[in-house]
Amino acid sequence: METSTLFAFLVILMAAAFFLGRGRSLAQAQAAGGVRRLNSLPSYYGMLTLLWCGIPSLIVLSLWLVFDSVIIQQLLIQSLPADIRALAPAELGLKVNTIENMALTGMTAGAAPYELEAINTLNQLRGTSNTALTGLALLIAALAGFWGWSRIQPDLKARNQVEGAFKFILLACSCLAILTTVGIVLSVLFESIRFFSMIPITDFVFGTAWSPQMAIREDQVGGSGAFGAIPLFVGTLLISFIAMIVAVPAGLMSAIYLSEYANSKVRGVVKPALEILAGIPTVVYGFFAALTVAPMIRDTGTSMGLSVSSESALAAGLVMGIMIIPFVSSLSDDVINAVPQSLRDGSLGLGSTQSETIRQVVIPAALPGIVGGILLAVSRAIGETMIVVMAASLAANLTANPLEPVTTVTVQIVTLLVGDQEFDSPKTLAAFALGLMLFIVTLGLNFIALHVVKKYREQYD
Amino acid sequence: MSSNTQSSNKPSTIDLVNKNLAKRYRAEKRFRGYGIASILFGLICLVFLFTDIIGKGYTAFVQNYIQLEVQLDADTLGISDINDPNQVAMANYMGVIKRSLRERFPEVTGRRDKRKLYALVSNGSGFDLRKQMEADPEILGTTQSLWFMADDDVDTYIKSYSKDGKVFTGRTDEMQQGWIASLIEADQVESRFNTVFFQNGDSREPEQAGIRGAIMGSLFTMLVTLLLSFPIGVAAAVYLEEYAPKNKWTDLIEVNINNLAAVPSIIFGLLGVAIFIGMFGMPRSLPLVGGMVLTLMTLPTIIISSRAAIKAVPPSIREAALGIGASKMQMILHHVLPLAMPGMLTGAIIGLAQALGETAPLLMIGMVAFIVDVPGGVTDPATVLPVQIFLWSDSPERAFVERTSAAIMVLLGFLIVMNALAVWLRKRLERRW
Amino acid sequence: MEATANIENATGEKVEIMNDVVAQPNVDDIHETVGSPFCENAKMAMRDVQVYYGDKQAIFDVGLDIGKNEVVAMIGPSGCGKSTFLRCLNRMNDTIDICRVEGSLKLEGQDIYDPKLDVVPLRARVGMVFQKPNPFPKSIYDNVAYGPRIHGLTNRKAELDEIVETSLRKASLWDEVKDRLQSPGTGLSGGQQQRLCIARTIAVSPEVILMDEPCSALDPIATAKIEELIAELSENFTIAIVTHSMQQAARVSNRTAYFHLGKLIEVNDTEKVFTNPEHELTEAYITGRFG
Repeated sequence: METSTLFAFLVILMAAAFFLGRGRSLAQAQAAGGVRRLNSLPSYYGMLTLLWCGIPSLIVLSLWLVFDSVIIQQLLIQSLPADIRALAPAELGLKVNTIENMALTGMTAGAAPYELEAINTLNQLRGTSNTALTGLALLIAALAGFWGWSRIQPDLKARNQVEGAFKFILLACSCLAILTTVGIVLSVLFESIRFFSMIPITDFVFGTAWSPQMAIREDQVGGSGAFGAIPLFVGTLLISFIAMIVAVPAGLMSAIYLSEYANSKVRGVVKPALEILAGIPTVVYGFFAALTVAPMIRDTGTSMGLSVSSESALAAGLVMGIMIIPFVSSLSDDVINAVPQSLRDGSLGLGSTQSETIRQVVIPAALPGIVGGILLAVSRAIGETMIVVMAASLAANLTANPLEPVTTVTVQIVTLLVGDQEFDSPKTLAAFALGLMLFIVTLGLNFIALHVVKKYREQYD
Repeated sequence: MSSNTQSSNKPSTIDLVNKNLAKRYRAEKRFRGYGIASILFGLICLVFLFTDIIGKGYTAFVQNYIQLEVQLDADTLGISDINDPNQVAMANYMGVIKRSLRERFPEVTGRRDKRKLYALVSNGSGFDLRKQMEADPEILGTTQSLWFMADDDVDTYIKSYSKDGKVFTGRTDEMQQGWIASLIEADQVESRFNTVFFQNGDSREPEQAGIRGAIMGSLFTMLVTLLLSFPIGVAAAVYLEEYAPKNKWTDLIEVNINNLAAVPSIIFGLLGVAIFIGMFGMPRSLPLVGGMVLTLMTLPTIIISSRAAIKAVPPSIREAALGIGASKMQMILHHVLPLAMPGMLTGAIIGLAQALGETAPLLMIGMVAFIVDVPGGVTDPATVLPVQIFLWSDSPERAFVERTSAAIMVLLGFLIVMNALAVWLRKRLERRW
Repeated sequence: MEATANIENATGEKVEIMNDVVAQPNVDDIHETVGSPFCENAKMAMRDVQVYYGDKQAIFDVGLDIGKNEVVAMIGPSGCGKSTFLRCLNRMNDTIDICRVEGSLKLEGQDIYDPKLDVVPLRARVGMVFQKPNPFPKSIYDNVAYGPRIHGLTNRKAELDEIVETSLRKASLWDEVKDRLQSPGTGLSGGQQQRLCIARTIAVSPEVILMDEPCSALDPIATAKIEELIAELSENFTIAIVTHSMQQAARVSNRTAYFHLGKLIEVNDTEKVFTNPEHELTEAYITGRFG
């Protein structure tokens, strides 16, 4: 049975459980002398039966779905001829992939006999797994549902139990956030550790050459496989720095103008207009950077007698800065508005002009909040992917010249991971090591920034 | 100025103040100027971005067609039995089209020139003719005057021709340009609304490429994201606002959510690759997996906005419900959630809009594959609109530039509709307490 | 006593910006200020002042003189418009968009609301101390030096040091802070902060100092110090002080003006107001029947 059909069946069973449970409680209430004799409302008994019927089987169903492909793959490998099994893990994985693809598409033309057999085995295994899952899930649903149903008695505290389950489900949902973080940490950490077992961590962090193309055969030329990440870090910082040079003054000054000078009419129009910039997908900025801004900068540079690369750091940084303007501006707007009016009054009352008040009183007072906002913006710039993937270079140049092409951490992660990958080659694993660096840096920045902003808010609350 | 406290030999305060006034007001003006300049810079960038994209992309919504007299004789086509679907499917449609091109321009002789001639119409013209034949088998044996899609180079050339004096020749050569001019003269070129762009999946041929596959992929991915992230996000928000005790664990959850909201999206892609694909062995390119990754990414946004919506429900309503003996769950389900729903929906729409424009994590989980078929469900390999934009932007053909821009316009259209919906919801349904 | 009873009702609910003013029929009948609102040696002279917040009128036909080197106290129930009136005197109401001021307000014969008049030098001449102490998030020294710096009163460090010291001495704060001039002003106690704000104001050497309930956020001991300070300052400055405390008005001022629902009811020598008020509303207020 298809998983979706099975799911539909389970839902029907659960609905049936609800009505059966409710019916049984009503019948018992009748016998005991009215619904008032029941501990809880009849629908709670129905709900409890439904939970009994649904939860265990759904847990089994999801666990099964999560693990069955891995188990089936293992079984499939066991069934393969010994000489195939003896292949290197990477090649074996490729073979398994081929077999799975052929089984999926049904296009078996040109398949080796053992492959045909494997396809058969695979289909058989899948069939068995499916039948077993269907039977098991329905059986568990029926049994657990029946058990829950049979427990119904007038003094059963159905409401408390249902509410307990409700609370538990809510708690589980909120813990997903922690699970996600754990998942991120584990996935990047484990792969990184594997990477660092192949490439020493010092080579990675302090190396100045980056060319992750490993020679597949000994006799191939080029691509020695250097994994020194310094050029990537420098490139990332260069582009982020350019972005900040654009975004911080523009964002901060717009926020100041909008909150201190502009009347509500202007604010009502300009603020949402600027916020449109924040809602534009990054891939659009990437397209804009690569096809419009970069050629424009190159042509301007050429006309000024400079040689500017068409993948210059300047183009990517500039467009990234435009993207971050509304981010800086709305964060600054929040903190500037949190500065109490009494400080402005105090300064204006002494006869200072508005700009003197802003520069000497409002901004110093809002500084921690503004710094926090800028840190968040920096973390955003460092982690930004699409703009640099489309507008920055792939070549890792160690340079601080904004007119030359540079590459970034995120560009390399995408390049290394897009397309078919082997989970064992240092090339793929390097992406996770870069991801680990990226995660640590952005997490640190976010943590500090959120802390600073929070402390700042408490100061004026 | 008798009330002045300074000794009399010094100039009075007010004179000093007045002396510096002009300078101070100049500074004030400059400062204001910086503010206005910053805002103008942002707005100009916005306008420039939009005009650039619209200017590049609006031409993609029309497509030029070339009219040819096609003689659909059974022999050349190789159809002996019109009722045999196999024969109809395999027939030599391109052959008859090529012949009609030769007949239209009899002066063309050389092999090379002929190939150039055939390149006037789309490579996919044969398929289009086959579809017509399948729809109406009666046309077999007749001579029909049919319209075929112009090849992308030809299309680009004709568009630049009619746009302004500056002609973009691209890969067309003078000979082809002569033929095109002759076709235009004979009214055998027509520009129509580009329905193919909205009906087809991806293709290597720009004129045959459409965004339907990407739109459906986005739709399925968003469906998965919505179905997973909204209930989970609301449940988590309810727990944190209504149940969570003040302790370390709750603090940990909160810090986690706030930090996850600022983690770069590409990290979620790494998580997707390592956990969903590497560990659970899920296939690549599925909207299901994409939706799951995007769920993890949008959850913090939805949780944060849902919490704000729940917080906005006044405590008096909770007390009223509890006061008449409702249980906590009843209070939440009957009173808090319905009142907070508009706010939570607004947050969900904004979160989804973010997810709709997201590209990087989906690249990681393989939604970047070249997929021609329009997906029919969450477990069919698919790509999504932003990834399609990324893929096309990499293609060298000029015709893909206009299609990329057009796809961006469609994507922005969706985003504008979603954000407008969120604003409308907020205005329309949100109660003022 | 029908009138009084109605007013009690109205003032029972303390309105911030005079929302229900217009609806008081009995106050509508009062058109003239009793006592002696005007004086000969006037530093500031206000006539027929009307203030509106949007459509609502907050101040009605107020006429008042503030004499040179005089301390004028403004008292009255919450929402009577005394703070609003005070903020008109150096155009601090400009910061509120919907606020509109009509009538004639003059500082030494010069119209304060003349559109051509520049508020910056005006505020340098008419300084203000606010209800809540609002030191800037800067050092004590920088707080006091702020005014002289922005106005460019001096460009010599020694002179600035001298201004800071004199101002702090005048504000009776010097001895308490002379060892920590570089520590932040926000770290001082409430009373010290308010004296710092006063020092900040007098560092610009204004001619008039406006004080808007300067002691309302302070404890009794700090209040006593500020009151002492006001008495000393009155030798050199003209002071207008809004206060909630009748005792304070009695202790520090020469003349007292009683505001009620946006109207100036009575102005007289302080002693007379508190011993023998002319108007029944003033009497009702100082005897504590409302307020």
